[in-house]
Amino acid sequence: MTEKTTPLWEVFIRSRTGMAHRHCGSVHAGDAEMALQAARDVYTRRGEGLSIWVVPSAEIIASDPAQKDEMFEPTASKIYRHPTFYEIPEEVGNM
Amino acid sequence: MYTQALNARDTEAGAVEDADRVAAFQARVDAEEKIEPNDWMPEGYRKTLVRQISQHAHSEIVGMLPEGNWISRAPTLKRKAALLAKVQDEGGHGLYLYSAAETLGVSREELTEQLLSGKAKYSSIFNYPTLTWADIGAIGWLVDGAAIMNQIPLCRCSFGPYSRAMIRVCKEESFHQRQGYELLLEMVRSSKEQKEMVQDALNRWWWPSLMMFGPSDTDSKHSAQSMAWKIKRFTNDELRQKFIDATVPQAHYLGLTIPDDKLAFNEESGHWEFGEIDWDEFMRVVAGNGPCNRERLAARNKAHADGAWVREAALAYSQKRADRREAARHAAE
Repeated sequence: MTEKTTPLWEVFIRSRTGMAHRHCGSVHAGDAEMALQAARDVYTRRGEGLSIWVVPSAEIIASDPAQKDEMFEPTASKIYRHPTFYEIPEEVGNM
Repeated sequence: MYTQALNARDTEAGAVEDADRVAAFQARVDAEEKIEPNDWMPEGYRKTLVRQISQHAHSEIVGMLPEGNWISRAPTLKRKAALLAKVQDEGGHGLYLYSAAETLGVSREELTEQLLSGKAKYSSIFNYPTLTWADIGAIGWLVDGAAIMNQIPLCRCSFGPYSRAMIRVCKEESFHQRQGYELLLEMVRSSKEQKEMVQDALNRWWWPSLMMFGPSDTDSKHSAQSMAWKIKRFTNDELRQKFIDATVPQAHYLGLTIPDDKLAFNEESGHWEFGEIDWDEFMRVVAGNGPCNRERLAARNKAHADGAWVREAALAYSQKRADRREAARHAAE
């Protein structure tokens, strides 16, 4: 290939319902400004969003799925972090 | 959209892979867990998906051509706006799908190259010409209708990015079919000549639309693996039957005749029975010898070549701005 490759950006959109920005896909663009414009054209053709983030794909650091057991196991054993671990007499009512 | 690639599969699957890993993978698929890009997956699964998703993307991109042909000749501003929006959606759908394919480790440039060189296939339906305005309605109604039948089960595909892209596509696709049907309804109600034009469009698009579901199950050798991987949820013949059952009453509502003298409703099964599909024609078009194969590829190659200076200029501009920022930082230090 003689042409230089165009960088890849991950696109995150905040929907109008006030939710957090959510990943929705990626676009290719030369720089951040063009990435934002491309993301608007590709991912918000029907008013899906009120705000867009674009992040260079190469900058994303991801956890390794092969290590997910070591990574997330410690939370599974800590059942005392959940409200249902504690017994409250019924007479006390909702808590 | 357009998923004939569902019928092909790389055959070297699982040859030297660790049996435990393959079994663990299959167990996750069987449990309806989504497979994500960084998860371990059999090479055959990866290759099948890369090819299927990218061919699906290519179909969206090439699919812009037959309809784009009519944008400047749409009869009213309303129809022109709708057609422009639809064609823009097809471009968008292509990009969602390329984006999903790229998560599997293939670059956009490679995928584009495969389309332009003719190495990759796209849906055979786009190798037919759009001769009259009624064809635009017929494409929305039949081609997008068939695509929707194919795509709804793909929303539950085991590969996360593909399934998420399909959910977006399906949300948008319904407008495509409705605008086509409405357009035809207006035509059949306006004059005898226009109704004849619609019948002619149906005559030409009916059989190629049925071919969109791919070869009959008896001839489709690779369905079983794709079904086991939960990439595919229904067989070609099941989807084709669903499409026919849904579409025949819609044709009757338009006052049209389906060009199939074997078409008959089976009271017992509740399904429409239909005649033999011309599989020779299908094979001919898939092999590159349909009415417009060469024209479509030439148009894509020209568009890509004509756009080269834009891609170059965009990158040069980004580089210039990055250099200036760098120079300003040095000056400030």
